[in-house]
Amino acid sequence: MIPNRRLSGALTALLLLAACSRPGEEPAAPAPPPQAVAVGGASGTELAAEQILRAANGAEPETLDPHRASGVTASNVLRDIYEGLIDEAPDGSLIPGAAESWTVSADGRVYTFRLQARGRWSNGDPVVAEDFVAGLRRSADPKTLSEYSAILYPLENAEAVVNGQLPTEKLGVRAIDDRTLEIRLHTPTPYFLGLLTHASTYPIHRPSLAKLGGRFARAGNLVGNGAFRLNAWVVQSHIQLVRNKFFWDDARTTLNEVWYYPIESAESELNRYRAGEFDLTYTLPNRQIPWLRKNLPKEVRIAPYLGSYTYAFNTSQPPFRDNIPLRRALSMALDRDVIVSKVNGAGEIPAYSWVPPVTGYRSQPPAWAAWTQEQRNSEARRLYAEAGYSAEKPLRLQLLYNTESNHRRIAVAMAAMWRDVLGVDTDILSQEWQVFLQTRHTKIDTQLFRFGWIGDYDDPYTFAEILLSTHGQNDMAYNNPRYDDLVFRATREADPAARMALLEEAERVMLDDMPILPIYTYVTKRVVKPWVAGYEDNIMDHHHSRFVRILKH
Amino acid sequence: MLRLILRRLLESIPTLFILIAVTFFMMRMAPGGPFDREKRLAPEIEANLRAAFHLDEPLWQQFGRYLWNLVRGDFGPSFQYRDRTVTELIASGFPVSLQLGGLAMLIAVLAGVTLGSLAALRQNKPADYGTMAVAMTGISVPNFVVGPLLVLVFAVYLGWLPAGGLGDGAVGAGGWRNLVLPVCTLALTQVAYIARLTRGSMIEVLRSNFIRTARAQGLSTGTILLRHALKPALIPVVSYLGPATAGLITGSVVIETIFDLPGLGRYFVTGALNRDYTLVLGIVVFYGALIILFNFLVDLIYGWLDPRSRQ
Repeated sequence: MIPNRRLSGALTALLLLAACSRPGEEPAAPAPPPQAVAVGGASGTELAAEQILRAANGAEPETLDPHRASGVTASNVLRDIYEGLIDEAPDGSLIPGAAESWTVSADGRVYTFRLQARGRWSNGDPVVAEDFVAGLRRSADPKTLSEYSAILYPLENAEAVVNGQLPTEKLGVRAIDDRTLEIRLHTPTPYFLGLLTHASTYPIHRPSLAKLGGRFARAGNLVGNGAFRLNAWVVQSHIQLVRNKFFWDDARTTLNEVWYYPIESAESELNRYRAGEFDLTYTLPNRQIPWLRKNLPKEVRIAPYLGSYTYAFNTSQPPFRDNIPLRRALSMALDRDVIVSKVNGAGEIPAYSWVPPVTGYRSQPPAWAAWTQEQRNSEARRLYAEAGYSAEKPLRLQLLYNTESNHRRIAVAMAAMWRDVLGVDTDILSQEWQVFLQTRHTKIDTQLFRFGWIGDYDDPYTFAEILLSTHGQNDMAYNNPRYDDLVFRATREADPAARMALLEEAERVMLDDMPILPIYTYVTKRVVKPWVAGYEDNIMDHHHSRFVRILKH
Repeated sequence: MLRLILRRLLESIPTLFILIAVTFFMMRMAPGGPFDREKRLAPEIEANLRAAFHLDEPLWQQFGRYLWNLVRGDFGPSFQYRDRTVTELIASGFPVSLQLGGLAMLIAVLAGVTLGSLAALRQNKPADYGTMAVAMTGISVPNFVVGPLLVLVFAVYLGWLPAGGLGDGAVGAGGWRNLVLPVCTLALTQVAYIARLTRGSMIEVLRSNFIRTARAQGLSTGTILLRHALKPALIPVVSYLGPATAGLITGSVVIETIFDLPGLGRYFVTGALNRDYTLVLGIVVFYGALIILFNFLVDLIYGWLDPRSRQ
């Protein structure tokens, strides 16, 4: 009697509500067919009749104008309705996109792209080089109010254009003919092709922009060059994309529709996923992860993400000004394994260095990363004493983070570890996000503050530049001329291996000074239904629906 | 009647003005601005953004501009949802909240008044204790517990109803099915309040002289209750209903978040957190106007329920 069994399941659920768990098997949401079909049929690759992907997508996108969008969730949608010159395979590696091929000049500063012969906009117009020129100029134009135009700075004159000192025509991009595009850089930029997957570099359909102005990015108006086109957008409810028949590679697209649902509560999206309303979630509530690992082991996907969860010392104010031993003592006394496994529980990767595992870069953990926590603790006590503190004269420290429950738990754990190992007195202070950003930027009212960073492209420079003494984001007021010099030399270095070596050395120099306190490398965490094929975890967490297939289930 | 409406309309103007002024300046005094980002903006870009939203003008001038636009029915552009105006956002969120809150209130009134009256008639008997125990539970168990519980049981385990969303094209589309759980969750607390209010005032009314007279005339309990006792007993309920309905139909943040509904409440919270000045102000003005409207309606209903208040 299936109904009864299900009802008793419901009652058990009531009893176990506190833990939100239920022993036994997972009842696949709305009534599974009695004779469950193996996913993908007998061959394992058979497709479902209905090719629709339903994805939860975090916060509501602020806009779908590629040159003004800045959020992760808008980018997720834009990746399907536009295509940059370069595209990404499911594993995140770079592949030809709107450009079928390209050449790079010997000095690494001039890129010449050959566009796809069959490139079409979603209304059938051909995609021409001039569309990319217009897109890049619009993106750099300060009047566009783009929040991400700084990503174009490697282009010739881009910084001056963004800051309104030069007209957009001076930007280093031109159309040689309809199918040939030339982009000039002011300095060789090894990660430049990766930047071309970013929405800021997408082309623009000039007639719609001219006709509709700011309203061109609405459903019914938006003309894109991606594998899907925007069919409907109900704010806070859903975004519906349908297949773009004009897309140059449409023959290899499998999905007919993609639905993105804005949903900010991780608990709610998990419920809707379990009820069979979504094929994949945007994130997971940390506390549910142990239960999910046990009950839906094949659906949980935890993978490294291009982000570092760290704390930063304000190196311009006491007690951390010119006090490297103290900074090191605090860093060593933290048991990161306990933080990631017991406090957080999502399977984050303990980190001892700043740059997460990006392609082609060797991580630079300090020697003590290999020690046991006991060894670290005793060295931390020695350094703490060297810095002039003791049980009689303990350090009194103020720790600042932005209000959020996981951050709070980590902050409390850190304070407890410091108290146990060193006897530090920590005042824990939280501020709402917008206030927190302002406080931390003053570089005066802070001692130790949370500093998370998500990279923009798969290259160490997106992390290295933050600690440059001149960088606007350097809220720790870190200033080491040697570090600046190494990073600067890396930007001028044409040889990729030598460039990486310089950046690696720079990170070692910086970690010796320890202006930051690395804690863990971020992970992406989500559940994905077993019938979603062609969806792979990758460090950028970029996914293109055109490679996704729904298997028979 | 027309004069009354006109007078109330004029009276509401200073109220709204004060509301707008307080909200406007409080928003601006809050630390952190709409363009503070983790990835800091280029100075030129930030200056352009501020100019585009007139944040570079003196505060009083911005206030004047806001009022002037408001008089012309323009709530301004949203800071966060870059391509949309606040008017559009309210127009898209309000129908959802109205439907949700309106249905919840309707159910709450019908169930609450019935239960409350029954409890009053059976005062200090098992039916009374039973009803009031349920009501107390309804009041004391918060809806962020009830909501997820209902979702778990009816959507995740039983699969009878959707777990969230509005249903447009979602699996098992069908508007009303998506509303069942949120409406029930929202109504539950209100049923409890209304039942308690009704019971209290009904007990009082049932003790009064005119009811005793009615009984002496040999009228049945049903007739006494419906024709004589109910109207006066509803007065406290009605005064509660005015602001409660306005509150409910302008969006319940908790319910909208749990059930992932695109209502007005979510805009209010995300707007405040993102310092979306125009969006928050727009919703406050809208909400304020609704409360004034509902209070007015309550006064009209008073007049109908209680002839003494007509003078």
